[in-house]
Amino acid sequence: MSMEIENCVPVTSDQLLEQVAARKPMGYRFVTMSCVDVGGAFDILYHFDKDYALSNLRMRIEDGQSVPSISSIYFAAALVENEIKDLFGLSFTGLALDYEGRFMLSEGAPTAPMRKTPMPGVTTTPPERKEIVWPNKH
Amino acid sequence: MAQQTLIPFGPQHPVLPEPIQLRLVLEDEIVVSAIPIIGYIHRGLEKLVEQKDFQQNPFLLERICGICSFIHSMNYCQGIEKLMGLEVSPRAKYLRVFWSELNRLHSHLLWVGLLADSFGYENLFMWAWRAREKVQDLAEFTSGGRVMYGTCSVGGVRRDLSPDQVRHVLSEMDQLKDQLDKLVPAILNDYTVQQRLVGVGAISREVAFERGGVGPIARATGIRYDHRTTGYAAYGDLQFEPIVETAGDCYARTQVRMRELYQSIDLIKQVFSKLPEGPLQVPVKGNPDGETVTRVEQPRGEVLYYFKANGTKNLDRLRVRTPTFANAAALLAMLPGCELADVPVIVLSIDPCISCTER
Repeated sequence: MSMEIENCVPVTSDQLLEQVAARKPMGYRFVTMSCVDVGGAFDILYHFDKDYALSNLRMRIEDGQSVPSISSIYFAAALVENEIKDLFGLSFTGLALDYEGRFMLSEGAPTAPMRKTPMPGVTTTPPERKEIVWPNKH
Repeated sequence: MAQQTLIPFGPQHPVLPEPIQLRLVLEDEIVVSAIPIIGYIHRGLEKLVEQKDFQQNPFLLERICGICSFIHSMNYCQGIEKLMGLEVSPRAKYLRVFWSELNRLHSHLLWVGLLADSFGYENLFMWAWRAREKVQDLAEFTSGGRVMYGTCSVGGVRRDLSPDQVRHVLSEMDQLKDQLDKLVPAILNDYTVQQRLVGVGAISREVAFERGGVGPIARATGIRYDHRTTGYAAYGDLQFEPIVETAGDCYARTQVRMRELYQSIDLIKQVFSKLPEGPLQVPVKGNPDGETVTRVEQPRGEVLYYFKANGTKNLDRLRVRTPTFANAAALLAMLPGCELADVPVIVLSIDPCISCTER
């Protein structure tokens, strides 16, 4: 039998903010979030720590569905959410700090490179380089 | 209200060894807010992991960071061993602690040199890096590499230390301790250093916790959190206490790291006083399957790996959360209210590793 993460609770996007807000007064530290492409949908795991033990939430998100941001509760989540937004092409609502898809990736980078199947419009070719005209070239 | 000015700090800046930009909003000389811009060295290593064999990945993951390289591969191997139900031999566990602490010595000595350099104390920079050179020589002597050790693999370690090598390491540790006895008081008691660090970039215990700060950033505010106390590898057999300060400023972070240097030397001595005999590797059969999370303590703080394996030789997903990523949010709380001239020191006080952050 394959191993599963200990102490992991499944949540829906409606319950998420309530569940996260309940953890803060209990003394949980926000560790990070992990996003996994499960083919047409995404698992987002929220990892919290208290006394060296992890408490995890697992939320299944369909492709195209927007994710409620928890950055209003734990500000540190804003950076992770921007990373997921860039690398997996998901959209978040209520981000405390929104980089508009330019947190990890720059212009000309492939769209959502961490997805298993590339998103439409993905290009791995670098942007065309302008030819440099040297002033004193003979 | 004073007029606001926006200053782009970085990505190329004399105090930054790696590229990161901070957009600083200033009122006169005082920072009002700061926004970090990263993405200059994103290498897509998490994606590359999915395409490599799980046995090849320790060597790939070492390349996330040039300072805590061994600890990255060790954390990965611990995760795969957990998934496959492997029990590593005690000797391999002790050797893993040795190389981890070598990473920590390297990291803290490199950092204190860069910090001294950030406020123009060139002499201290050279003293610190001279001590660091000894640590790198030891890394080369025991593993063959000064930066990439390549000694950790799934199921154990790939190199052993002979009794002669152990004697040499221990004598070098004594010499390093002598060097530190000269270096550390010169840092902590120096008037200039205190002027530049005491009270600068201070955050409270509550802010550090709320922002998810880890490692020396959290411990400098009084949070007693050191993942080594959970006893992974052979840490459970060794005697040590997390090093905690309470002021929460740049000086407290320096104190924590300087005391950790002595702690690392002590841990290495304990490792070799108790080093058990036994095999280095256990046989690895089959492929990993399932999900797990592993965490270890790096010089900069806690690092988290999330694994999803599917029973084949390739992993479905490996997620890496490095300590600098966690500390970046805490950095944003340190900067508002400080003077522009203190920004380089505060940025360096979290020991930023941008290659780790972006992977």
